[in-house]
Amino acid sequence: MRVSVVVFPGSNCDHDVIHLYQKVLGSTVSSIWHRDRDLKKPDIVIIPGGFSYGDYLRTGAMAKLSPVMSEVAKFAEQGGSVLGICNGFQILCECGLLPGVLLQNIGMQFLSRFVSLRVENNSTTFSRNYVVGEVLTCPIAHGEGNYFADREIIQQLEDEGRVVFRYCSPSGEVDSSNLNWNPNGSINSIAGICSAKGNVVGLMPHPERSSEKIVGFVGEQSGVKVFQ
Amino acid sequence: MKVQVLVRLKAGVLDVQGKAVEHGLQGIGFNEIANVRVGKLVELEISAGGEEEARSKAEEMCQKLLVNPIIENYEIRTIS
Repeated sequence: MRVSVVVFPGSNCDHDVIHLYQKVLGSTVSSIWHRDRDLKKPDIVIIPGGFSYGDYLRTGAMAKLSPVMSEVAKFAEQGGSVLGICNGFQILCECGLLPGVLLQNIGMQFLSRFVSLRVENNSTTFSRNYVVGEVLTCPIAHGEGNYFADREIIQQLEDEGRVVFRYCSPSGEVDSSNLNWNPNGSINSIAGICSAKGNVVGLMPHPERSSEKIVGFVGEQSGVKVFQ
Repeated sequence: MKVQVLVRLKAGVLDVQGKAVEHGLQGIGFNEIANVRVGKLVELEISAGGEEEARSKAEEMCQKLLVNPIIENYEIRTIS
């Protein structure tokens, strides 16, 4: 598998994803600098986490203007698989490749902790190795992860089954008002969504950081299946 | 021409920064305050033939970058 990882000034999770694809999964990985227009013919494009352009103006707002993102948009229009993780999700929302926006966490604090995620849709490239209802554990590390969109968009996402991951209890129960389970206050506990065609996926948690034995995540709760 | 763009979170969109400032103000004794909202002011100078042209350029900037219409409203003011 050929994977291209987009790198912006301020990206800081690019090497986590590169390490995972290269060393754990044996894929061919290219780093694509934000000024580049050549995506190197990938099967998959990853927009990694971090603080692109220092999160100036709004998270992801400056990144959408970069030359590489117009190429990513073309790749997505042609049906290419794109995954945005954390800041990558925020960028995909700002670009309009995914609907909605990530607001500041409801408790005002930057959250760095583990969450449980329930798989809601396993028809995307990045969730196909899971069973619907399966619960995985991933870290989150964000200040703006509170998913928001107007009522019509939320209804549309729910009706079309486009919520891919939802924050939940370790046993898979969902309760958006419970901030232990839905720590950033996202509407309907939404942690990750996909585009109408399903080829673009964004999520706030970091499955790339719960993908190896050395960090204690193997088997059922592993995030590695997002990338396989 | 000097232009100010005032960007505000739409009514109903949770403003946690506003809430924090509100609690802070109440904490130092300003108990008479409520509904604090924090916005952004973007000041810029635009080379334009006149006010109308400057406004329409600023409008375009808001739509393309300065504002996220899902959560924000804006107001354009020309200063000179």
